[in-house]
This record gives sequence, structure tokens and C-alpha cells, in this order.
Amino acid sequence: MEQLVYKKPDSIKDDFKISFCPGCDHGTAVKLVAEVLDELGVRENTIGIASVGCSVFSYDFFNVDIVEAPHGRSMAAATGVKRSKPDKVVFTYQGDGDLASIGLAETIHAMTRGEKVTAICINNTTYGMTGGQAGPTTLIGQVTTTTTSGRKAELSGYPLKISEILKEVDGTAYVARVTLDSPAAIMNAKKCIKKAFEAQIKGLGTGFVEILSTCPTNWKMTPQEAHARVRGEMSEVFKPGVYKDKVSEAL
Amino acid sequence: MKKERQLLKGNYAIAQAAIEAGCQSYFGYPITPQSEIGEYLSTKMPELGRAYVAAESEVAAINMVLGAGSTGVKAMTSSSSCAVALMQEGLSFIAGDEIPCVLVSVMRGGPGLGYIYPSQGDYYQATKGGGNGDYKIVTYAPASVQECVDLTYKCFYVSQKYRTPVCLLADGMIGQTMEPAVIGEYPYEEIDQSDWALDGAKGRKPRFIASIEREQEALRKRVVKIFEKYNKILENENIFEKYETEGAKLVITAFGSIARIAKAAVKLARKNGLKVGLFRPIMLNPFPEKLVAEIAQKVDCILDIELNCGQMLQDIKASISNCASTIPVKFYGRPAGVMMTVEEIYKQIENVYKEIVEKKYGTACI
Amino acid sequence: MGRIVLNRDRCKACYLCVDACPKKVLGADNQVNALGYYPVTVSNPEECIGCAMCARVCPDIAIEKVYR
Repeated sequence: MEQLVYKKPDSIKDDFKISFCPGCDHGTAVKLVAEVLDELGVRENTIGIASVGCSVFSYDFFNVDIVEAPHGRSMAAATGVKRSKPDKVVFTYQGDGDLASIGLAETIHAMTRGEKVTAICINNTTYGMTGGQAGPTTLIGQVTTTTTSGRKAELSGYPLKISEILKEVDGTAYVARVTLDSPAAIMNAKKCIKKAFEAQIKGLGTGFVEILSTCPTNWKMTPQEAHARVRGEMSEVFKPGVYKDKVSEAL
Repeated sequence: MKKERQLLKGNYAIAQAAIEAGCQSYFGYPITPQSEIGEYLSTKMPELGRAYVAAESEVAAINMVLGAGSTGVKAMTSSSSCAVALMQEGLSFIAGDEIPCVLVSVMRGGPGLGYIYPSQGDYYQATKGGGNGDYKIVTYAPASVQECVDLTYKCFYVSQKYRTPVCLLADGMIGQTMEPAVIGEYPYEEIDQSDWALDGAKGRKPRFIASIEREQEALRKRVVKIFEKYNKILENENIFEKYETEGAKLVITAFGSIARIAKAAVKLARKNGLKVGLFRPIMLNPFPEKLVAEIAQKVDCILDIELNCGQMLQDIKASISNCASTIPVKFYGRPAGVMMTVEEIYKQIENVYKEIVEKKYGTACI
Repeated sequence: MGRIVLNRDRCKACYLCVDACPKKVLGADNQVNALGYYPVTVSNPEECIGCAMCARVCPDIAIEKVYR
């Protein structure tokens, strides 16, 4: 007898539209968040925050209530939602430009307050939506439309290591950096995302997952080459791993 | 707090009125001259099981309000001048999102850091805004501590009824004034927000609250719909004070704290036989253009008095620009620093009265 | 023995699933889909073991269901 072993998560709309470029890891990240919401059984009790950037189209696929925040302000909006409706599961889905550049203050302070929300950050080392400019996470030497001969530290500083910073913030209960470059990595990422949601559900503090993602279009690579870059130079600078885990400690 | 007449400071009156109005969530960052609002609520809100968050900035505060408001609760922030400037992006989003919320803006002197002296320099900021796109922030301006209470109630009601940001525009003088006032019960009906607010998509399709609109026609329609709302607000929620305007030859226009001093000057003028009245718009945005035009038809001159370099003045002028016969609009104003006295305003009234009225009618008519 | 339900009109031809499949079940179609891509197609259905690797790596949720 044939058994169903995989299906589109219920937390993805039936008439969903994935508007990302071919091979972009955003789609996989979205799917994992949706799978976790399904598994935790919280879809109907969840409010998501859509940020600005490629993640702005969250409402095209997430089958949950969503409010849009201005660029960088997702964690502030999430704070407002959670403090007003403490029984709701609240998450943000943001890019690195949104979370770690324009919204760094909101990010760190919401996490300092230990807001019981989950933040998912897509780190693709560039501003994807606007056409591939240098961002807070752009690697030294990386060519972008605003670092045409490669990012130079003396001119534009160094890539910001988000997870390393956020693990030091007392209000975070779970901090992990993951990749999506293989089926095994995807399964691990899902485990981490689930923990980041459990952090808020158990009332331990903020859950945070930084996802090293591809931007094949702006990197001018095939999806396969892009994954190789994640495994290679990106993972060398942004070391994947679990940086903080009060969720397992609490068990 | 007892619901009887008591000696109250404007800022505390606003804060307690917000509680009485059912404000569920407050987010703010300190700035003089309105810090008492946040201080007061930091104790009271948690006692009532409501939300108080000391935001890391006004940028964060207004976006916390955005998030809170999206769940349908009564949400509020308070701030002042250079810090309200930081909220403009958030306010534009909130207006576009059609999220109800209340902003208490207690003006200080500017530009820049200026200082905490009374000023009305943020009339433009409140009514014209610095956020992008076509939108308005509905604005009410109190002239007494009692009005701080009553208009805080009004702000919550209008914001909830029309799903729009509403601003209570006070100034340092009103915020810091202590005078008797009554904090009565919230007089308005509760507006059901359950048909749009976010509470988890249980047994229904998910909801999406946003200002983004990818289709050309849908974007146009959204803005048109928002502006239809402003028309309704002007029609149904306008408040103003007319004092001795009947038979007046000269009408003073003023709002907020300065209107109160102007009113005393008008009383003095009437006592001295000058036919002078006062029109005080309490709702400043949408601006009651028709009312001003009606008044302008019956008087020889308008003297606009503001504690700034002439901001509402432009709305007064625009209001009468379509009148059949135009009348002079004089202005007496002063940027932040020194408050005007009754005598000073009276002297202005006298001067303008002589110049305009006596020229037209001759001294015998008075 | 396994089986996948593929919505070929959602496929954007990144072929991450082709690489992920341990049994080389998937290949590229020679007919374009509604989006204008040459989508993935099940070229060796009899080899499918229903491991769902393809569905897990698909960023576009074009592989909607997997049976085993």
C-alpha cells in the first residue's frame, strides 16, 4: 500500500506563488518555516511579520496572518504584536539587509528584551531585491554592483557576523546558523528552525536562525555553483552551527 | 483615579485618559516635554495587565504601535517634535495599512533640537506630515487639561472607527499645565475590529495587512478609499469652538494653547466694544475649510495667531481662496521661546481692528 | 518503489532536485512549461524509491507530493 511521505505544508497556501528567482534558497527556507508551523500545530495561532526586500512577498505563500513592517522594523512590529497578543506565535522573516543593517537596533533591542518571537534571517551577502548591491554581510573581495572591484575592508569595512553577535545578547534563547546546500543541511536547518520556534513557545526568549542562502541571480552563478559558494567561502567566514541553545537545556 | 474634579497636569491627564479609553498597548521613548506620559504608563499599564514597552527609539516605538494596532487593540505612542520626525515613515505605513492607533505629539520648539519651550511649530509636521505618499494624520489640538482628556478619548474612538492613525497635538504648555479637570468614563461605543484584525487564521483565510499593492488599479483604489475616509471624518468627527463670531467684524483664528490666550484677548476686546470673535479649529486635519470660508463671508478681516511663523495660516488662506469676496488675512506669530500675553494679543487686535475696520466703516460705525 | 507528484508549471528549472536524487530518476524536459522554463521531468520512474530528497530541495514546491 502506497504511503504519502511528503506533501506541501498546510502553512503554505494552496494557491501559493513563489516569486523568487530560479534556484534561490528563499523558497526552501519559506517551506521549512511552513513545515515547522505545521509540525508544531500552530498555523492557526500564528502571526507573521513580512519585511522589506525579497521577503516582502511572504503573503504570496505563507498560509498565516501577516502584517507588513517598514524596512528593518520587523522586530519592532513583532514586539507590538506579541505584547498585545501574548498567546500568539509570532515570527519575522527578514533578509540580512533588513535585520542586520537598517534594522540592527530593532533586532538587538527586541532580543535584549527577550521578546518571545522567532526571527528567521536570510543571509545571502547582498541586497537581492534591489539588484545585488553590497550589504552588511558582503564578503571581503565580493563583487557587487557597489563594490565592482570587490569589497575592500579599508573602504567599506567587514561583513557583520549576526549569529556571533546575537548569541551574546542575553534575551536570546536559541541562536543557530544553518545552510540549505544539501538534503542533509536542509533537514538540519528545519530542526534548528523548530527549536527557534520552541524557544518562544516555551517562553524562554527569542529564537533566531540565520540561514546562509544563495542569490544565484545577483551572484551570477548557477544554483549549483551558488551552493558551492555557501559551502566554501561563505561558510568559512560565517561558520554554521548552533551558537546558543537554551531550548535543549530546558528539556 | 477618581472620576471627580481634580488638579491634573496635562500629560498625566492624557496618560490616564488613555487607560480609561482602553489603551491596551503603549510604546514610547522619553523626550521632554511629554516624558510624564511614559513614566505614568510604565507603572499603570503592567498593573492592569496591559503592555508597556520602553522602546529603543521612536522609530521602534511607532513600529511597535504598527504591530500592536494590526491585532485590533487600542495602541498608542507619545513623543515630541524632533522625535515625532523619526516616526514619519511608520505613520505613512500605518495610514496605508489602515491600522488604528493614537499618536500624542506634545510640541517643543524647533527646528532641530530647539528647546522645550512652548511652540506650535509642528502644525505642519502633524497635518502635512513627513511620510511618503497620499495620506493624512487626523489631528486634534487641545487647549486645556480637560480637553486633553476629552480629545484623547476622541482620538481613540476616531482611530478605531475609521482604522486610521490619529494625532493629539498638544504643546509643552498644555502638557505641563496643572488645572482642574474631570476624567470621566470613556464616552464612545467600542468598535468591533474582529473582521479585519490579525489573530491567527483559525477557521478562515489568512489576512494580510500591508501598504504594498502591486496592481496599478488596486493601488489607486486603495488611496481613493483612504481619502473617502477622511471626507467622512471631516463630516462626522469635526470639532471646533466659535466664540463671539456672530456679528464680528474681525475674527481671530488660533488653535491649542495660544487660542486660549487669544480668547481672553477677544473677551477684553468685546468689553472694550470691539466686534471681535474667535474661531478655534479643534480638529486640524482634515482642515475645516468650509467653516472658515463661511466665517470669512461675514467678516472684514481674519487675524491668525500662532506660536510659530505661520503654519495654520496657509490653511486659513487656502480655505478662503474660493470665496466670492476675499478678505485680508493678517498674521501675528512668533516662533518658540516666549509665550504671548493677553495684552500683547489684544494690542494686535486693536491695531488690526483700526487698520481694517475703521478704514472700511469709519469710526462712527463702531 | 516510490512516486512523485510534480507540478511542471511551478518548476523554474534550477535542477537542484536532479542533483539531489540518489537514483537519477529526474531529468530535464524538452518542452517548455507555462513559466517558459524547461522543467524537470520524471525520466526513470521505475527507479524512484520515494525518499523525497527532490521535494525537500525544491525551492518552488513544484514537487507537491511524494509517495512510497
